[in-house]
Amino acid sequence: MRTILRRLGFYLLAAFAALTLNFFLLRMLPGNPLAAALAKSTGQITPAQLEGLEKLYGIGTHQSLASQYLTYLGQLLHGNLGTSTAKSVPVTTLIGTDLPWTLGLVSVATAVAFILGTLIGVMAGWRRSGLLDALLPVSTFFQAVPYFILSFLLLLYVGYYGGLFPISNGYDTGRGSTVTEGWNLGFVGSVIDHGFLPAAAIALASIAGWIVGMRNMMITTMDEDYVLVAAAKGLPQWRVAAVAARNALLPSISNFALSISLVVTGSIVTEIVFSYPGLGSEISTAIQNTDYPVMQGIVIVVVFTVLAVNFLADLAYVALDPRARKEA
Amino acid sequence: MRYLRSTKVILGLAILVLFVLIALFGPMLAPHSAHWQASTTADTPLPPSGRFWFGTDVQQHDLFSQVLAGGRDTLLISLLAGVIATALSVLVGVTAGYLGGIVDDLLSALTNIFLALPGLLILMVVLKALPLDLTGNPLTIGAVIALTAWAWGARVLRAQTMTLRSQDYVEAAQVIGERKPRIIIFEIVPNLLPILASSFIFTVIYGIGTYATLAWLGLIGGSTVTWGTMLYNAQVGGALISGWWWWFIPPALCVAAVGVALSLLNFGIDEIINPRLTSARGTRGHRVRFVLGLTPVVRTATAAPAADLSLDLKKEVAQ
Repeated sequence: MRTILRRLGFYLLAAFAALTLNFFLLRMLPGNPLAAALAKSTGQITPAQLEGLEKLYGIGTHQSLASQYLTYLGQLLHGNLGTSTAKSVPVTTLIGTDLPWTLGLVSVATAVAFILGTLIGVMAGWRRSGLLDALLPVSTFFQAVPYFILSFLLLLYVGYYGGLFPISNGYDTGRGSTVTEGWNLGFVGSVIDHGFLPAAAIALASIAGWIVGMRNMMITTMDEDYVLVAAAKGLPQWRVAAVAARNALLPSISNFALSISLVVTGSIVTEIVFSYPGLGSEISTAIQNTDYPVMQGIVIVVVFTVLAVNFLADLAYVALDPRARKEA
Repeated sequence: MRYLRSTKVILGLAILVLFVLIALFGPMLAPHSAHWQASTTADTPLPPSGRFWFGTDVQQHDLFSQVLAGGRDTLLISLLAGVIATALSVLVGVTAGYLGGIVDDLLSALTNIFLALPGLLILMVVLKALPLDLTGNPLTIGAVIALTAWAWGARVLRAQTMTLRSQDYVEAAQVIGERKPRIIIFEIVPNLLPILASSFIFTVIYGIGTYATLAWLGLIGGSTVTWGTMLYNAQVGGALISGWWWWFIPPALCVAAVGVALSLLNFGIDEIINPRLTSARGTRGHRVRFVLGLTPVVRTATAAPAADLSLDLKKEVAQ
C-alpha cells in the first residue's frame, strides 16, 4: 500500500511538472509566439473566445508571470484548455471527439504487439538459436525505421498498390457510403477495416522491443536453479517453459510502462500518415494553422494518458511481484 | 577481436561505414549541387535513368545528388543528439546511482518525469514556435532533440552504477580515501562502457527517427537538403499519390538502413555484455545446441598458447 501511495505521489508530481512545463514552454521563447498567433487569428474567433484565450495565456493583461501561472492552473482545474484559434471550438470538445479514436487504435495495437511479442520472445528464448532467433534482426528492421516511414510503406504497398485495406480516415466516409456512426455492424466493420493498417504499423514497430526483451530475459531466467529443478522433476517441457516465462515477464511489465510514451507519440505520427481521425491528425492540422491552444491541449492530454497507463502498469507490477510490495 | 566474430556486428559496421563515407564525401561526389535544377520550366518528375540515377523531383532537382548531400546533416544531427544526451545521462544517472539518498530521489524523479513526457510532441510545439532560421541550424536541432532523449540512458546507468557501487574495488577506493569525482571517473565509468555504448546507439537511432519525423512535418527550416527535408518535399509535392516512388523511397531507405545498422551493432554489444544471449546463428562457423542447465562454451583455444607457455616456463627454469 505504501508503495502504491508513493508511486501515486510521484505521478501527481509528474503531472504538475508537465503542466508547469507546458505553461513555460511557449512563454519563454523569443518573440512571444502565442501573442503573434492570437493576433493573426482574430478574424476567426469571437471576441468572447479571444478574451478567454487572453485570460488563459495572460496576454495583454499586464499580469505578473506568477499570477498568469495561477490563472492558468485555475483554468485547467475547471477543465478549460482554451479555444482553438483556427476552428473557434473549445479545445476540450476537439480532443473529446479525437481521443476515443486514438485510445482505441493505440490500445488494440499495443495489446496485440505486447501479447504476440511476449509469446514469440518466450519461444525464441526457449529455443535459443532456433529459427526464431534468425528472425530477430528482421523484426529489428521494423523497430529501427521511424514510425512514419513504416506507415508510408504499409500505406503505399499494402493499401494503395495492394488495395487490401483503405488508406485514410477512420471509417467509410466516401460518397455513396452506407455507413452511419453508431453501434451497428456496418460501422464497426468499417472502423476495423480502416484501423487495420495503422494498427499494423504501430504493432510492427513496437513488437521487436517486446520480442528481444522477453527473449533475453527468458535466457537469463532459464539459468536459474528453480528452472533446473522444474526440469529435473520431469515436468513436461511447456510447464518448465511456463515457470521460466512467468518470472521473465516482470521486467517486461516495467518496460511496458516506460515505452508507452514512445508508442503513443509514434502512433500519433502514424495517425498523421493515415489521416486517422485521432489526436495525430488534429495536432498535424494545428501545426499547419499555428494553433497553439490545440497543440498544447493535446500535449497535456497525452501526458496525462501516459501517466495514467504508467500507474496502471505499476499496480499490475505490485500485484504480480511480492518484492515490489516490500520495497519502499 | 571478439566483437568482429559476430556477423551482426560486421554487417552493421559495414553499412554504417558506408553511410559515414556518404556523409563525409557525398556532397563532393554528387554530380550536381543539391539545389541544381535540370530545367526550370518542366514540372513532371523524371523517373530514374542513365542521366539521373534516382530521377528528378517536381522542380527537376537531381535526386541522386540530393540523397548524397542529404546524409551529412541528418547524421550530424543524430550523432550530436546522441553525444549530448549520453553525456547528460551519465551526469544524471551516475550521480544519482553513486550518491544515493536525497540526490538520488530528486534526480530519479526528474528522470522518470522526462521518461513519461512525450518528447516528440513537445518538440513539435517548440519547433513550431522557434523562428525557422534557428530550426535550420543542425547544432540547435541536435541539442534540442538531446534534451528529450537522455532519460532512458540515465535510468539504465543509474541501475548499473548502484550495482557497481557495492563492488569490492570501489569500496577499496573509498577506504583509501579517493575523492568521489575520481572514483566515479576512474572506477565506475570505465565499467559502464558497454552499457554506455548501447544507450548511445539507442539515442542515435532515436535522434535520426525524431529528426526525420520533425523534418517530414515541415518543422525544420533552413535551406540545407537532408533526407528529412527530402521526405517533406516529396510529401508536399504529392509524390505518394502520384506514385513517384523514386522521390521518397531512397531517403526513406537511407534513414531505415542507418537505423538497422545501429541496431545490429547493438545486438553485438548486448551479446558482449551478456554472452549467454549469443545466438549461435550469429557466430560464424560454430553451431551450438543449448541445453537447459548447461552453458555451452565455444572452444577457441588451440594448442599454440599452451606450447608458448611451456616454452616460457622452460626459459624461466633455465634462468
